[in-house]
Amino acid sequence: MTSHDGHGERWLDQEAGPVVRLYALTKGRTLPNGGASFGLIDVVVATGERPSEHFRLGPEHRRILGICRRPIPIVDLTSEIDLPLGVVRVLLGDLTGEGLIKVISAQRQPVPDQSLLRMVLNGLESL
Amino acid sequence: MDLNHSDDTLAAASVPNTAKILIAGGFGVGKTTLVGSISEIRPLRTEEPLSERSVGVDSTRGVSAKTTTTVAMDFGRISFQSQLVLYLFGTPGQERFWFMWDDLAIGAIGAVVIADTRRVADCFAAIDYFERNGTPFIIAVNCFDGAPRFEADDIRIALTLQPEVPVVMCDARERDSVKKVLVSLVRYVMNSRSQPNQVSIG
Repeated sequence: MTSHDGHGERWLDQEAGPVVRLYALTKGRTLPNGGASFGLIDVVVATGERPSEHFRLGPEHRRILGICRRPIPIVDLTSEIDLPLGVVRVLLGDLTGEGLIKVISAQRQPVPDQSLLRMVLNGLESL
Repeated sequence: MDLNHSDDTLAAASVPNTAKILIAGGFGVGKTTLVGSISEIRPLRTEEPLSERSVGVDSTRGVSAKTTTTVAMDFGRISFQSQLVLYLFGTPGQERFWFMWDDLAIGAIGAVVIADTRRVADCFAAIDYFERNGTPFIIAVNCFDGAPRFEADDIRIALTLQPEVPVVMCDARERDSVKKVLVSLVRYVMNSRSQPNQVSIG
């Protein structure tokens, strides 16, 4: 909400933006450690392992681990957690580095195979 | 052992197959309408590199490390019973979002380029991109009320398309029409794969 109090416009509540700057969550990093690439439709899942002693799980790491108890595509994870894609990728890099998350189905590169195309075609035709 | 247990759990959990299709075209041509006609729309936050132009708008004094700003976009999701999820990504229209296209295009089945007969030139940028990138695409002519109707061949000429690129008429508001467009794209991609590569050089 914004309000006018005679001294110009003030930003209140959510309009004022997050209390913590987004990339503070990633300690300023904009790319994942280890050069991992996380495709939009890659599927990730929590491994159930415990973090090593030197690794400090942040609240966002915990939220991701919670959502990833079941396999989930990264684009859905990002939408659900409501953080920008780049931030989620950095956090996923931390978690895969610790063995807490793994990518179990990567998007086909460069292009999907015929069996997946057939599945998509059948799916669309049955709509 | 814990390890075995977690592997068993993982094997039991269903892993969805995922695929994506891009929806491109000029501003206001009906990308969001098309995606919304056939799929559940979900929000996605992403980021945009701060360009020279936006530096004047977003004051970056004292925060020299800040190189991106967050932007919102939407995507569509269709879940099929067979553990398959198809995502529809509308490619951001404004040129400042070009950085997102590579991310969206990698691993995609292909793209639907929506054309409006009143301003066909608006989809040249998308066509150029997909041709350069080797992403298969079809043209879907969104038949707006009051817009002049043309034959598919006229549109093909206006867009200087390769002869094999399908041109289909559609109404982005109609679910069945959109379904036909997506089916046309998937069939086109399947057929072009099953034939020997006819790559023209030069």
